[in-house]
Amino acid sequence: MPRRKGAPEVNAGSMADIAFLLLIFFLVTTTIETDAGLDRMLPPIEPPDTDVIIKQKNIFTVNINKNGQLLVEDNLMNLKDLRKAAMGFLENNADGTCTYCKGKKEQSSSDNPTKAIISLKNDRETKYSTYITVQNELVGAYNDLRNRESQRLYGRDFTKMEAEYLNPETPSSVRDDLKDKVKRIQDMFPQKLSEAETSTN
Amino acid sequence: MSTFKSHKRSNPSISTASLPDIVFMLLFFFMTVTTISNKTMLVENELPMASSVNQLDKKDRVIEIYVGAPKDDLAKRLGTEPRIQLNDKIAQVGDVGPYVLEELSKKPEAIRNLVTISLKIDKDVKVGVVSDIKEQLQKVNALKVNYTTYQGGDPLP
Repeated sequence: MPRRKGAPEVNAGSMADIAFLLLIFFLVTTTIETDAGLDRMLPPIEPPDTDVIIKQKNIFTVNINKNGQLLVEDNLMNLKDLRKAAMGFLENNADGTCTYCKGKKEQSSSDNPTKAIISLKNDRETKYSTYITVQNELVGAYNDLRNRESQRLYGRDFTKMEAEYLNPETPSSVRDDLKDKVKRIQDMFPQKLSEAETSTN
Repeated sequence: MSTFKSHKRSNPSISTASLPDIVFMLLFFFMTVTTISNKTMLVENELPMASSVNQLDKKDRVIEIYVGAPKDDLAKRLGTEPRIQLNDKIAQVGDVGPYVLEELSKKPEAIRNLVTISLKIDKDVKVGVVSDIKEQLQKVNALKVNYTTYQGGDPLP
């Protein structure tokens, strides 16, 4: 038998099928990791040496009962009103020292943002999703205020600046620049969110 | 006209020679992007939604704690009350502290105080268990926690 010219060609028509099979396998088996969430610092267990006296009007109490109802400053409140109420409290500015606040300056509410504390209390039977939603709203209130000031001063959102600052891939020259800006905004509205021990009943 | 006719008669087929290349490209993309988790989940873990989230740190600076009701096949043995999963084992609340310390000691010294505890807690769990865990974490002085959630638009009901 005479030899044919060149090597015989391999049929590559089924290559796509094989690759698709692999692709679908990977699509099905892998789960994309969730890598986002609400950052929180727990308070250290030993109490501070000096007792700090905090005026009642500087504390914004949020109570969640086991049915997921909210009691904010002794009034029943809907979850969707919480962010607004928290923002109103934070930038109330009763003593007039905060120049960038747009609050109502009510004497019965917080003195200035550096003194304002949000206290979150919950029942042991509260559902975790409710608890996270409330936390999310409170963090959102801080973020909204910070974003507003950041837009006014630097023309961009605080949350974006913070994310870029915390991202290890950002070049250090950019990070040094961002560090001061992030710090400044954080000092304008320091996040003081206290979580008291849960009540049993 | 004759060219027109001949064009009609011969059925031009689209070349599929580059199809494997495209599919392989997709395949490699998925292979590199996704991480296969080698953890077997013993508890249900449907995370809640939140919008004001921070991105979590790199994987090697995170210690994970899972809480949720046991999966169906384990429910006969363990009941339906929420359980804590550390690594691949179901654990008690009291084990959380030692586990975190053990995991911390495995990390290089330079990043030990940067480690975040990621609390992956099912949304149907009651907060009581969560506060017990937080108490344990306070005892071992692991104060940086992250309530891991799905990133969602508006979680309001």
